[in-house]
Order: sequence, then structure tokens, then C-alpha cells
Amino acid sequence: MTAQPTADLLYTPDEEDLRRSVRKLLSQKATPEANAAVYDQPLEGVAPVWGELAGVGLAALLVPEEHGGAGATAREAAIAAEELGRNVAPTPFLTSAVIATTVLAHAGATDRLEALAAGESVAALALPFSARTLPAPSVTADGGRLSGRITSVAGAPGADLLIVPVVDGATTRLHLVDVGSEGVTVTPVLSLDMTRQLADIELTGAAGEALEGDASAAVEAGLLTGAALLASEQLGVAEWCLETTLDYAKTRHQFGRPIGSYQALKHRFADLFLDVSLARAAARYAADCAARGDADLAVAASVAQSFCSAVSVKAAEECVQLHGGIGMTWEYPAHLYLKRAKADQVALGTGAAHRAALGGLVGLPPA
Amino acid sequence: MSDDAQLVRERTETLLRAHPPQSTEDGDFLAAQYDAGLAWVHFPEGFGGLGLGRDLQSQIQAQIAEAGGPAALAGINGIGIGMAAPTLIAFGTDGQRRRYLRDIWSGARICCQLFSEPGAGSDLAAVATRAVRDGDEWVVNGQKVWTSGAHKADIAILVARTDVDVPKHAGLTYFMVDMHQPGIEVRPLRQITGEAEFNEVFLTDVRVPDADRVGDIGQGWKVANATLNNERVAIGGGARQRETGMIGIVAGAWRDDPALRRPEMHDEMMRLWVEAEVLRLAGMRLGQQLAKGAPGPESAAMKLGFARHAQTLSGFEIELQGEEGLRFDEWAMKRPDHVDFNGRGPGYRYLRAKGNSIEGGTSEIMRNVVAERVLGLPPEHRVDKDMPFKEMPR
Ligand SMILES: Cc1cc2nc3c(=O)[nH]c(=O)nc-3n(C[C@H](O)[C@H](O)[C@H](O)COP(=O)(O)OP(=O)(O)OC[C@H]3O[C@@H](n4cnc5c(N)ncnc54)[C@H](O)[C@@H]3O)c2cc1C
Repeated sequence: MTAQPTADLLYTPDEEDLRRSVRKLLSQKATPEANAAVYDQPLEGVAPVWGELAGVGLAALLVPEEHGGAGATAREAAIAAEELGRNVAPTPFLTSAVIATTVLAHAGATDRLEALAAGESVAALALPFSARTLPAPSVTADGGRLSGRITSVAGAPGADLLIVPVVDGATTRLHLVDVGSEGVTVTPVLSLDMTRQLADIELTGAAGEALEGDASAAVEAGLLTGAALLASEQLGVAEWCLETTLDYAKTRHQFGRPIGSYQALKHRFADLFLDVSLARAAARYAADCAARGDADLAVAASVAQSFCSAVSVKAAEECVQLHGGIGMTWEYPAHLYLKRAKADQVALGTGAAHRAALGGLVGLPPA
Repeated sequence: MSDDAQLVRERTETLLRAHPPQSTEDGDFLAAQYDAGLAWVHFPEGFGGLGLGRDLQSQIQAQIAEAGGPAALAGINGIGIGMAAPTLIAFGTDGQRRRYLRDIWSGARICCQLFSEPGAGSDLAAVATRAVRDGDEWVVNGQKVWTSGAHKADIAILVARTDVDVPKHAGLTYFMVDMHQPGIEVRPLRQITGEAEFNEVFLTDVRVPDADRVGDIGQGWKVANATLNNERVAIGGGARQRETGMIGIVAGAWRDDPALRRPEMHDEMMRLWVEAEVLRLAGMRLGQQLAKGAPGPESAAMKLGFARHAQTLSGFEIELQGEEGLRFDEWAMKRPDHVDFNGRGPGYRYLRAKGNSIEGGTSEIMRNVVAERVLGLPPEHRVDKDMPFKEMPR
């Protein structure tokens, strides 16, 4: 039940190099204006910045080398997630390069991975983004033809490949569905976080490639890795909010003083700094567990989700509040982070859902 | 029933008979309600009231609502009804009260609040917009910001600087301003919800008759504080029936949709329900305390409580809704006619509630007001308090 003594919770020099290159690219290609633009003009297809990020290898991090990938680990993917949280660029990193990639690798659909690693293909796991575990599938198969509806799927707008859980007798199987094919309708919906837009998927007799074996283990692996790495994204969101608000508090004057000189605000900043430090430890541990395939991953992921999702929301809320009126505007980017943080809190299970699951894992049942 | 309550009931019956809501335009009904002294029953006779207890107003509104009559236009003209009107009663001349109160109540003239500026938000006394005397008029120049509903407004309450040689609090004067005149430019400011509820307002050589000055020259800070105390009551007061407002929506969802219920969320649902109920009771109690007097700094605590509750509850609602909470109804840039904090979906409620701890004085400033003016703790050191405005570094 105790944390593995072998866990490495720091950042390696290579990881810092990766961070620098991702941050540099994002600062040039994903400006706050460009990120906000998707609220008025939803993307058609995948954001161009994803091509650039794939160019520096972000799509390939979790793909094994023998399938054309970088053979990196969840630790490096967590660095990318942190930076994508700091920037909130609309990319399919979490949904395609983490969750879908993990599911495909576990399900043995390795022939699809090379195109994903190259950034030529983008995949999405066809489940509501709020799902913490595999829900009862809403799609059925009839003679290999799929029918059913799946709502609120993150990363589906712009994806060319859908991984669809399908009821097959007593088991659930995964079917791979090409988005362009007949009987497949992907309808993007207005989302709280338009930088990770959702879509509803309607299948009416669509053809799919059925994968061998039971789907549960592969889907659980994808969702678990996703939850573990979402914590790093939440950490990135919180860091941006803390740093940006801190800068503002040092320069904005009211009553003839910088607002950061008021002890009431200093204490808020100190508390937030503590929360972000704790979140960093939780997110690093989850990433490290995922990287090593540690048996403690389920605990680590739920701890990280429970804690980091709340910290990220709190940091974004403080960011809006401590900017005053400016924080409520569209022009200032704080709102992009608030929307991301709040949507991330629901994504892959709320904090309460993760705590409930954790109770079972660590032997603390509710009654 | 007390004599006053009986009198008010009869007068309301007479009003309803003479102006049956079914065949009377809302604006005409409201004007008649004003003339009958039933608009702000605690205001003096002749100015929309009867000089009776404030608590009788809810009885009147209930009686009118029962007969199908219009509600007070708090949503459309909240600034006029909740803030400008009581300020005019406290500090205005009879001429000003006659000019404005009836139109404010009936909705014939919508009011906005030209207080905040880019450099003067929490520190409202630092406003830099200048008003310079020119015969019987004042000439106003400056920039205001975050002005809610300025795009719909006919009139405004304005705080401007009339003397730069005295410390900041002493050089302010309060005015009523006609928004339909040359020199006033209103530009939309889009906000977090996608729409533009507030605006920037640029004032260039705007002429204001001295007859529209509210209170004495240099008394603006005191007058503005009367407005702000009323604003905080308006924001902090609110729903009267159990489960009205946001809690009604969230509790309703829990009650009506078993699929949403999660055992691990039940305690938080109930904690928020209790908080809503306690705030309702405290609001009722505040209303009873206010039955005679004007709101004091204590109202700051209620505003604080309302903001915290609205934010926690709307945040909880998104988590409760789960998948639905991830969706949003509309991002298009619009300039709304009026504001309803609860009017749209969970995402809107969550985002709009963030403004509750900023508008009308931030929650940090509310805490300072409670700590210093209610609890009497020693004040923060204010570096520029006694410095002439013109010497303040800006
Ligand atoms: C939705 C909305 C509608 C509004 N409508 C109107 C309107 O119609 N008319 C109008 O005039 N104004 C309006 N406002 C403006 C509002 O009154 C101001 O935004 C508010 O007073 C804060 O000022 P500011 O934005 O300049 O923030 P600042 O004063 O710069 O504050 C920034 C942060 O510093 C904190 N802070 C400042 N001083 C202190 C201190 N001494 N101690 C501790 N913390 C401190 C604040 O609490 C805040 O968190 C509106 C604002 C919003 C959000």
C-alpha cells in the first residue's frame, strides 16, 4: 500500500529537453488568440499545430519502436501533457496519442500504430469523456454491422479512426471504424472546453474491423493511463494559472500598492503554491507508475485525479478572481484555462468517483 | 394582520381593480403601482411609497403576482430599482426624484452604473474621470469600464472627480447622466460566457446639468457608498421561497433524474442544500432588520455568502451532470437585454457565477469591509489616503 521506494518523482535532463522543445513550439504556434478562436470557429479536422507537435515526436511517444514509435514512456508523455496544460492548445494528444494509442497497443491492433505515431492518423476511443471505466456499450453488432449512438466523445472531431466498444453476447469487443465510411456520422457539439471539443457519434449499419479478445482489459488500460496523464495536464493548467496570477499581483496596483502586497492575497498564493507542489508529486508518481507498469498504478491514478483535478480548478478559479474584471473577459486567456480545468475535472471520472473507487482499492469501504 | 398590512392589501386591491393586469400593459401597470405608493412602499409618499415598513413590499408583490400582474423589473432594471432609486431617496432633490423614480420603476428608463475605471476598481475612490464646472453644467471626460447593460441604458449613475487638489475620497461628486447624448460611446466587452453583458464607456465633453448632481459637490464618496450598500443587498438578498434560484435547479435535477444520483455526491448535495436554506433564512432575517433602516456595511457579509454559495453550487452542478456538464449551449457573441444568472445551462451558470465575487465589490473587499467596518479591526495601512489626488502616483 505504500509508495514504491523506487519511484522517481523528479524530472530527468532528457525530460527537461523535451519540455523545452514542446514549450518553444507551442509558444510560437499556439498563441492564446489562436486557442480562443476555436470557440467561434470550431476546427475542421485537426489543428495544424498537431502536425508540428507530431513532427517533434509527440504522437509517437507511447508507440513501441517496432511499430514505428519512439518507445518512450508515460513519463515523457506526462511532460507533453504538462506543457499542453500550460498552453491549452487544441490537440488530440490525450485522446489519440495517449488513450487510443494505449488501447490499440493493448488490444493488439499494432498495424494501426505506425500511422498514429507519424501523426498521419488520429484515433479516438468512442466513449463519453466523463467515463472513468468502461460503461455498458451502447452499440450493437449485427452480422458485423454496427449500430448505436455514443455521445460526448472527446477527440472525435477530426479523428479518422474510432475505437468502438460493442456488445457481443456476454463480452465486449472492440471494433475499428473508419470515420469516412458509410453509416458513420460524427457530429461535433458545443462544449464547455472547445479546446477539446466533443462529438456525438451515430452508427447505422457501419462496417467495422473486429479485434480479437475481450475489450475490457484494453479499454481499462487506456482509461487508466489517460487518467494518470490527465493529472499532468491538470498540473500544467494549475502552474500557468499560478504563475500568471502571481505576475499580475506584482504589477497591478490598487489603493496605491501592488495587490500582491496584501497579506490576504499573499496567503492565498502560498496556499496555492502548496497545492500545486502537492499536485506535482501526485502527477509525477502516477506517470512514473504508468511508465513502469507498477501494480500501484490504479491507486496512483485515482489519487492523482482526485487531487490534481481539484487543484487545477482551484488555480483557474483563483486566476479569474484575482484578476478582477479582466479575469471575466474573453480577451484575457484566463477563461480558456477555467474551461479546460472544469471540463478536465469531469473527464475520465470526477474526483468523487475516483475517491469512491480508491476506497475499494485501499480497503476503506463506504459502509 | 397589522393595520399597515391591511391598508396595503386594500390599496393593492384597488390598484388591481383599476388596472386589471390582463388588459393593462406592464409599463402602465407599474407606473400606476408607483402612483399608488406601492412601488417602494418604504419610500415617502409621492415618491412611489407610503412611508411604511420595507417588509410589506413582498406582500404587495405576492398579491400582484397572484392576480397575474407584472413582477418588479429587477432583472431588466436592477441598477435603477435596487441602486439608483434608494440613492435618490437618500441624497436626491425632490426634482430629481420626480424626474427619475417613476420611470425607473416602470422600466421606461433603464439605468447603468458608471463607477469602475481601468485604474479604479476595488479602489473606487481613485476614479480619474473628470467633471469640470461650466456655468449651470458640468463637462465630463473619462473612461469607464465593466459597465453592465450600458448598451441598453437610458440613464446612468456616475461618480466623477470634481477636485484634484484634495485627497481622493474628498474630491468626488455623484451625477445622474442621460446616456442618449453626444460624447458617450459604448463599446461591447465580451466576457467569459461568450456574450457581452458589460461595456467600455468613453465620455468625451459630456454635458450634465448641475440639477442632476446628486448630493453636494465633494460628497460623491458618501453617496456612492449608499449605492454600493444597496447593490450588495440586491446581490446578496434574493430568493424567498425554499429551493428557489440555483438550488432549485440543482436539487430538481437530483430529485427528477435518478440516473444522475451518485452515493458519493449525496453528502455534498445536502451540504449545499443546507447552505442555500441557511442563506435564505439569513436573507429573510436581513430583510426584517432592514424593515426600517437603510442597509449598512453588514450587507457585505451576505454578498460574500451569496457569491461563495453560487460558485460552489454551480461547480458541483457540472460534476453532478457529468457528461451533460461537458457540453455548452451557445458561445456566440451577443449583447443580452438583461441578465439572469440562472437562465441557461450548467456551464453558463458556472461561468457567470464567477462574476458574483467581483461585481459590486470583490469578495476580498467585502472581507475587508466586514473586518474593518463591522468588526472594527484596525484598518490596512492606506498609503495614499491623505495625499491630494493630483500627487498620487498613477
Ligand atoms: C460581471 C461584472 C459586472 C460588472 N458591472 C459593473 C457595472 O455595471 N458598473 C461598474 O461600475 N462596475 C462593474 N463591474 C466592475 C467591478 O465592480 C470591478 O471589477 C471590481 O470592483 C474589481 O475591480 P477590478 O476589476 O479593477 O479589480 P482589482 O481592484 O484590480 O482587483 C484585482 C484583485 O485584487 C484584489 N484586491 C484589490 N484590493 C485588495 C485589497 N485591498 N485586499 C485584498 N485584495 C484586494 C481584488 O479582490 C481582486 O481579486 C462589474 C464587474 C463584473 C465582473
